[in-house]
Amino acid sequence: MKAAVVGATRGMGRAVARLLAERGDAVALLGRDAAELETSARDLSARGARGTIATGHLDLAEPTEFSAALDRADQALGGLDTLVVTAGDFAAQDALERDAERLGRLLDVNFTATAVLCQLAAERFAARGGGTVCAFSSVAGDRARRSNYLYGASKAGLSAFLEGLGLAYADRHVRVICVRPGFVKTGMTAGLPVPPFAGEPDDVARVVVRALDRGTPVVYAPSIWRWVMLPIRLLPRAIMRRVRF
Amino acid sequence: MGILSLEPISGWGRHPVSRAAVERPETLRLPEGDTPVLPRGLGRSYGDAAVPATPGGRVIETTRADRVLDFDPEAGILTCEAGLSLAEVLRVFLPRGWFPPVTPGTKFVTIGGCVACDVHGKNHHRDGSFGNFVERLTLQAADGRVIECGPTRERELFLGTVGGMGLTGLITEVTLRLQPVESAWMRVDTEPVSGLAAMMDGLRDAAQDWPYTVGWIDCLADGASLGRGLLMRGRHAARWEAPAHAPSEPRRIAVPLDAPEFLLSPVLMRLFNSAYYRAHTRRRRAVAIVPYQGFFYPLDAVAGWNRLYGPRGFLQYQCVVPRAAGAGAVAALLERLAASGAASFLAVIKDCGPEADAYLSFPLEGTTLALDLPYRGPATEALVHQLNAMVIAAGGRVYLAKDAVTRAEDFARMTPRLAEWRRVRDRWDPERRFRSAQSVRVLGDQA
Repeated sequence: MKAAVVGATRGMGRAVARLLAERGDAVALLGRDAAELETSARDLSARGARGTIATGHLDLAEPTEFSAALDRADQALGGLDTLVVTAGDFAAQDALERDAERLGRLLDVNFTATAVLCQLAAERFAARGGGTVCAFSSVAGDRARRSNYLYGASKAGLSAFLEGLGLAYADRHVRVICVRPGFVKTGMTAGLPVPPFAGEPDDVARVVVRALDRGTPVVYAPSIWRWVMLPIRLLPRAIMRRVRF
Repeated sequence: MGILSLEPISGWGRHPVSRAAVERPETLRLPEGDTPVLPRGLGRSYGDAAVPATPGGRVIETTRADRVLDFDPEAGILTCEAGLSLAEVLRVFLPRGWFPPVTPGTKFVTIGGCVACDVHGKNHHRDGSFGNFVERLTLQAADGRVIECGPTRERELFLGTVGGMGLTGLITEVTLRLQPVESAWMRVDTEPVSGLAAMMDGLRDAAQDWPYTVGWIDCLADGASLGRGLLMRGRHAARWEAPAHAPSEPRRIAVPLDAPEFLLSPVLMRLFNSAYYRAHTRRRRAVAIVPYQGFFYPLDAVAGWNRLYGPRGFLQYQCVVPRAAGAGAVAALLERLAASGAASFLAVIKDCGPEADAYLSFPLEGTTLALDLPYRGPATEALVHQLNAMVIAAGGRVYLAKDAVTRAEDFARMTPRLAEWRRVRDRWDPERRFRSAQSVRVLGDQA
């Protein structure tokens, strides 16, 4: 596998990049902070990565740069066949409610930019015979809740996009994977109340790498979140309103 | 992120329990301003060393800062972020023939935590404690400055930080020397020992030839059986005597619930300890090649074993008494414990080598005892104070990584180099930005 991982220096992206590198896949770490990317690349090399490890600049806030970033990753790895987008934006609901600009930025990064990047990659992979596009959505996109519907909406849009992308490119051998992490204890979620079934980045990474190998269209990570979300998805709206969920 | 919500937080002994605003940064950096903070790794110190000074206090959990920054495969020199765990060091580097130079009884500890507690292991008699193998530390001081220190650079800060319980600054990077090993297997020699004198003699004799030694004591046995137990000696198996394959990772079982307290009644504990002792005394002496996990980390196979002590938790008491105090001091401690009826699954005895230069480092040349005391309120605390008085009289000390109840005046009596350590702290953190529930208790910091 020759994979570009966006958001590979932190949290779940770091864990996914490690698993891929450890088993010999070539990995391009894409992100905003050159020093952090370099440190993460050293981490993978020192841990004994056998495949090529490269780094490159990609900022989800700059969609016009995406094509060049994919070109560079493609060159560095000698042909890219997998894109994993773990990066995303997050803010607490109350901050988003009060700050329209902040909300716009979050929606742009989590939906618009991620969709543009995935679409671009799918088209490239299709043109050369196939590949895999994997992006991190969230269980928050499975059902809107009053406490996090703004973040949830950005992820619901992304989930819908990925489902459509998978259907549209299946005939051209592009596999599309939508990862829906539950609550995972990372830097991004620090300070939020930790719910039951909270996962670790390594748990998520194992699920994601298995999905990359198998081409599973939708995976919950850790897996138990599929069953946690099932009743939540089915809960009647009247009850959601009454219990203030 | 705005205001952090609070999480329940405790040491591994689950007493005391507090609440904290926990951050898990992927890159270790102190928050702006002068808010009090407490670094915390994997939370395996038993007492209140990694519990904030006040409920709701800010805790920086370092476990997400776990990158390897450099590894020299010729010399085995590893530079890493402070949140890297020993478990990860073993997973990544043992297949390449490198082993931690010193390891405590669990691999679920961070390298930063190993430095902050100056941990020791079964090879202390030969190799000393963790700090002996640290070549360089990067530390962010209370005022935000990033400082490098080591045995020859900013030496006083280094000596204050090794064993300094995270109170001199935020350890962000560590460079340490790993030791080369030929296999992931251990050659282990286990022998039943009938009493304390034989145990202490056995440990001393074994220290000549074996890099790793430790004793297990049935601390509920008294009279002639006082100090009976098992003496274990080990060394890394050579390539020719080890199986060709790496040992498989043991299946971890988990304790799903807090155990009911009746399981810890003295009668049942006495039966358990006797059965364990007798099971091992059927064969007089056993030599075996075993996976390293079973020798170094037997309890790691049971996830959440601390729940076996029930909802009130437990204290782990670990002290060291100097060799000059003789077997009498150790016997007196064991007799006091047996008389108290304070049940314990496990008591560990080990001879220590010379003490380190680090000011608050725990081990000193003599004998260390470590045992679990189910927490039963003031009675358990009173027992610890009594044991502390005996340790002080013998010229010994207790281990801060285990401690939850020692009083400030007792700690001062146990710590001859406390003034030197305080001078380092005065220089680098005069406002006491770094503080813990433990530093409030034993050092008199403001809550």
